[in-house]
Amino acid sequence: MIHENYIPLCFLPIGQKARIKTLTSDGNARRRMLDLGLITDTIVEALQKSPSGDPTAYEIRGAVIALRSEEASNIIVEPN
Amino acid sequence: MGLTAGSTGLHAIDHALFIDRNTVDKIIALAGNPNVGKSTVFNSLTGLNQHTGNWPGKTVTNASGNYTHQGNTFTLVDIPGTYSLMANSPEEEVARDFICFGCPDTTVVIVDATLMERNLNLVLQTLEITDRVVVCVNLMDEAKKKKIQIDIHALEKQLGVPVIATSARSGKGLTELMDAVSAVSFDRVRHNPYGVIYDKPIEEALHLLEPAVSKITQSNIPARWISLKLLDGDEVLIHSLEEHLGERFCDNTLLIHSLNQARLHLAANQIPQNRHRDVIVSCLMKASEQIANKTVRILKVNHNDRDRKIDRILTSRRFGLPVMALLFGTIFWLTIIGANYPSDLIGTGLFWIEDRLHALFLSFGAPLWLDGLLISGMYRTVSWVVAVMLPPMAIFFPLFTLLEDSGYLPRIAFNLDNFFKKACAHGKQALTMCMGFGCNAAGVVGCRIIESPRERLIAVITNNFVPCNGRFPTLIAIITMFFLGSVTGVLKSALSALILVSVIVLGVVMTLMISRILSKTILKGLPSSFTLELPPYRRPQIGKVIVRSIFDRTLFVLLRAVSVAAPAGLLIWIMANVTVGGASVLTHCAVFLDPFAKLLGLDGYILMAFILGFPANEIVLPIIIMSYMASSSMQEISNLDTLRHLLVQNGWTWLTAVCVMLFSLMHWPCSTTCLTIKKETKSLKWTLVSFLVPTVTGMVLCFLVAGGVRLIGLDESSSFLSFLKA
Repeated sequence: MIHENYIPLCFLPIGQKARIKTLTSDGNARRRMLDLGLITDTIVEALQKSPSGDPTAYEIRGAVIALRSEEASNIIVEPN
Repeated sequence: MGLTAGSTGLHAIDHALFIDRNTVDKIIALAGNPNVGKSTVFNSLTGLNQHTGNWPGKTVTNASGNYTHQGNTFTLVDIPGTYSLMANSPEEEVARDFICFGCPDTTVVIVDATLMERNLNLVLQTLEITDRVVVCVNLMDEAKKKKIQIDIHALEKQLGVPVIATSARSGKGLTELMDAVSAVSFDRVRHNPYGVIYDKPIEEALHLLEPAVSKITQSNIPARWISLKLLDGDEVLIHSLEEHLGERFCDNTLLIHSLNQARLHLAANQIPQNRHRDVIVSCLMKASEQIANKTVRILKVNHNDRDRKIDRILTSRRFGLPVMALLFGTIFWLTIIGANYPSDLIGTGLFWIEDRLHALFLSFGAPLWLDGLLISGMYRTVSWVVAVMLPPMAIFFPLFTLLEDSGYLPRIAFNLDNFFKKACAHGKQALTMCMGFGCNAAGVVGCRIIESPRERLIAVITNNFVPCNGRFPTLIAIITMFFLGSVTGVLKSALSALILVSVIVLGVVMTLMISRILSKTILKGLPSSFTLELPPYRRPQIGKVIVRSIFDRTLFVLLRAVSVAAPAGLLIWIMANVTVGGASVLTHCAVFLDPFAKLLGLDGYILMAFILGFPANEIVLPIIIMSYMASSSMQEISNLDTLRHLLVQNGWTWLTAVCVMLFSLMHWPCSTTCLTIKKETKSLKWTLVSFLVPTVTGMVLCFLVAGGVRLIGLDESSSFLSFLKA
């Protein structure tokens, strides 16, 4: 059930918030995302890109977590 | 830069922890998310000096210490910080195994008052394993600043175990914490721990599985939790459990049957096996959310604004990298300018003492060889090490620790990650690299924060490419002597810092290049997934930092250097004074090494100093000085000018200086680091690779530079600046 508004997290513009819909990664990578509290309906905000454009820092449940674009592209979100 | 007596060398590697149950009353585990102040609580209670710093993942092993409270002895075990007990990495495994199988009398879960929602997740997971838990809500002072209110009583009611509010950095709440730990350990409180209720299909599946599990666990690990892990398919834990219970699960037909039934039941409810964990984690997270909603009030919506503003400068596209270079440049500049005068002073003082010692020996009528051995050999080498090492370290360590405490190190990893990604390496390698500045052995141990074995090996092998504090003074001394001839004053020290930064940048570039080459050859693979937490900035406790870094680090490192320098000094003196066939042993060795060393732009004495410096890099320059002095007329050296004179007398040119610096940056790791690598990789092969990679790189580079420069005939002049002028 992919909605047309849904985008991978890596495309979320800086300063915008979004709601997590699904994770498309598997195995260990998926587990790590879950541990950070990235479950369905969690709100994330794109805070800042690093000097060379990747990774990007996101606010997740009050903490600031940097994710590489590879990881962020496996997180499908609905921008607010 | 986890550099204390406990964090380097052989202590650091003790994975297994043996505690004698007979000598202590109770064993307490300290658990918590990374960077919640576990080590600070540990140090405050035990009075020990476990290294602390504001970045996630610096405690990678279990550390333990004792404290006494109301007449009872407690052993406190500081376990690595983890987000969950689902063991996705070696450090999480260490943490979980200790809580499960270490049988602690009480587990203290430390949570960050400013990040309750995520931290409660770990509390709930711990409560599923044991009800002997005390929750310590730490960083209350920071929560207050951010206008986050926590209703401790309501939280205690919700969780059903004691909850204590603390601000460990200022020592607030620690007595109450010890009271609560003691109460739980001696069964003086009634527990009513919160139990997470999972979605209906999971609960039904657990119901199918639990009876079979209960049959095989007589131990204190709850059957419900084991059942959850079986559904989750956590292979590492299942293996640990089988070892602990002494029974193989796959041999138990009843268990296998029940597990299949439970899985079928979940499948019938549209939960395939690879999504069991999702459902379990979601339920835990939602429970945490609910508890947080009932107990935490955030009065100010934008409570993280200050940090965001700082980050917008320190990690911005325009300023991120320049600010980083400037910060490090400033630290080196302060180190160089501040160390200069004390170095001279200490040198003069120690050599004045040397003269008195000589006189004393003479007045006792001691034989000349004894005077030479002990004073000219041992004492003088030790003096050199102290004079050259102590001042820069006493300035560099506190400054670096301030940077570390403020929370800047993870920002370095954030800024540099893209370069590491392009080198097919892990972003956290930037952190282990920073630890290498302190001590490469500590950096190698720190590589445990990297989860993927391939990337961890790359980080281990390349750690030696950043100069440790044992090599900084050598680099600084050579830069000052050979590259800034006629420059004076502030400009001189600023230029030295600039050259030193360039040397370090070269080290970082080599790290990246070699990482990439390793990724394309013997350690093929793609970068693994990477998450990095950027902690809030904290104001460092300046007084504490200075005291701690001088006593814990500087003196420790200095003592280690001195303990190696003393026998090395003896050896050098013997080699210089025992003659075989008309020449000293020292000269024989140097002559033997000379042809090869010349190819690298060095000479036989220098190469031998590097070889003898294998136990500690700090003694390389002192050994070079001792060797030249033993074979030269010059007997008194009190400052860098006379030292430069000695080196030039022995044929040094600016090219020699460049090659010594290059070789100092890139040669074999010191013996402590090699031993640490052996312990960490458990492989002689990778230890050998770690030995050879920087050595071969350094030799090739020195050979190319020396050969290239000689080819165009530029190495005549002894000063780089006079060469420029000419």
